[in-house]
Amino acid sequence: MDRISPQTLRILALLVVLGLVVAFFASQIDNYFNARLFNRISSSVAIMALIACGQTLVILTRNIDLSVGSIVGFAAFATGNMVAGWPEISPLLLAGYAILVGACFGVVNGLLVAYARVPAIIVTLATMAIFRSLLVEYSGARSITSDTLPEWLVQFPNTVVFEVAGVQFRAAFVIAVLIVVAVHIALMRLRPARKFYAVGSNPEAAEMAGINIKATVFAAFVLSGALAGLAGFMFLARFGNITVVAGLGFELKSVAAAVVGGVNIFGGSGTVIGALIGAILVDLIETSLVRWPFVTEFWREAVLGALILMAVAVDAILMRRLIALRVRRERERKEAEAQ
Amino acid sequence: MIRRLQSWEGFLFLVLIVIIAGNSWLSPNFLTVGNQINLFQLSIEKIIVALVMTFVIINAEIDLSVGSMMGLSACAFGWMFQQGVDPRLAIGICLLIGVAGGALNGWFIAKVGLPSLVVTLATLIGFRGLARVLVEDRGVSGFPDWFNALGQRGLIGPVPFALVAFVVLFVVLYVVLQHSGFGRKTYVIGTNREVADYAGIDTARHKLVIFIMSGAISAFAGLLFAARVGAVRGDVAQGFELDIITMVLLGGVSIFGGSGTLLGTLLAILIVLSLRNGMALMNITGHIQTGVVGLLLIASVLVPRIRWGMKARAAA
Repeated sequence: MDRISPQTLRILALLVVLGLVVAFFASQIDNYFNARLFNRISSSVAIMALIACGQTLVILTRNIDLSVGSIVGFAAFATGNMVAGWPEISPLLLAGYAILVGACFGVVNGLLVAYARVPAIIVTLATMAIFRSLLVEYSGARSITSDTLPEWLVQFPNTVVFEVAGVQFRAAFVIAVLIVVAVHIALMRLRPARKFYAVGSNPEAAEMAGINIKATVFAAFVLSGALAGLAGFMFLARFGNITVVAGLGFELKSVAAAVVGGVNIFGGSGTVIGALIGAILVDLIETSLVRWPFVTEFWREAVLGALILMAVAVDAILMRRLIALRVRRERERKEAEAQ
Repeated sequence: MIRRLQSWEGFLFLVLIVIIAGNSWLSPNFLTVGNQINLFQLSIEKIIVALVMTFVIINAEIDLSVGSMMGLSACAFGWMFQQGVDPRLAIGICLLIGVAGGALNGWFIAKVGLPSLVVTLATLIGFRGLARVLVEDRGVSGFPDWFNALGQRGLIGPVPFALVAFVVLFVVLYVVLQHSGFGRKTYVIGTNREVADYAGIDTARHKLVIFIMSGAISAFAGLLFAARVGAVRGDVAQGFELDIITMVLLGGVSIFGGSGTLLGTLLAILIVLSLRNGMALMNITGHIQTGVVGLLLIASVLVPRIRWGMKARAAA
């Protein structure tokens, strides 16, 4: 490895930004940098990281999934309903049920986008509304409350896998990170998973190379649905009370996390680790601004919007410079060879 | 191409007639002037923004920030009203905020070259944030009577100001889009920006103008919302962007830009409004109504494709 790949560079840059943000708020807020900060952020990131991971897979193939918020809501409700009616169900089976519910919705999206060739933004804009109305219909104006849930599920968000100096690595966060890392390794190393990049960066070339574009896009949507389903399970465990508005707005948050994490909205480049760090960054800034004495909590969204815009603009400008630099070096090298 | 477009609008027209016939059969009140005006009134802000969203999407861009801009404009009005600013001046400032917000979007998209999906996603969050900064978690009401009257009382007979504004805007924008150089450029840039660049069109400026239009009209629509409801809160018009985009896409405007007409958008608006009204008459709730509109949206893309596929097979 004589030179760092742009993707690794991007992850490193994101980590530096993450460090800078923490350092900034640590200098502003007394008693800021402690274990509680990590514990709080990791709990909500666990849910968003899974959704953003699925969203990234879809965006890599030049599509978008706006229905994830509704899938999270439906999966959370359906899982809660299932466990309320069958309290002795095993945890793994229940999580599997949530994933299955999510994957089924993903299949609908995938069929319409990949095989019926309806643009993803139209399909998922519509299914966002349709899945939500299915939830309204299915719930029949009831809501899930935590007292109908078994003890293990209510305790799940507080389950600590291991603890280092007060920093709790809770089960949900550990699972989410493991999944993201596994997807990342698959995307980097496994031939079938490389197809997501191939299809997104150049569909024609991918087709020529014998890659089944339809199957790849379909797989991306199914995976996105499945991960949103698992996120729904975690949402249920974390909040306990599920109404028909559960997960509302998660679609745009997950796109924001992916984009902040350096995933190109036009497909073909970006990493799920980046999306994970993006999700952490967004959550960190949101949580920290609430505690920053200089602004009221109402500034949270305004600052967040400005930061996303800035992050994307800086990223685009730096990338353009980097490419220009490479092109120039290449030309100089060729000229030197010619002489 | 033109014939295909015409037939799409013809198809929308047929759907509309079926829905109207069904609604009239369901309820004798449906076709009364009062119900028809009410039907428009309830979504008047969305359908006004849908007109300019048609330009944005034909230009192969998207503006997700319109709902937040409506909220920002309404909240800015409420805040200035609380501070004792003359409401007429406040209206002017709100429209300027719309222009500024649109210019911000347009600058990042046209000049910096960032994708509009990302830029307007960021400003969707950012503009909403500013709206919340202004009114925090309070509600502002008690606007002067003449202001509320703009949204609530009839201006010409029973027809309120907002509906008159919608009709006037439709006519003006129709002429601009279908019968002016600006409109032609909108299509050309939406079809192929590079070709437009080579043809000597200042595509960056054109996109900037369209986003400024989108911002200004959204701010105007936000004010109409404040007048109609008589109060503003931080969550005014939240989520409206998706309804608005749905109407435009249902109207046959291609998400890839370059095709679609304002007439298609108008027909889609009428379909969505009549359908929602009809479902409300049948006591179907809001979330389900939105779901049905979603089904319609997917069908609107699938149905012409199936018809086209059958024709191609018949020809072969």
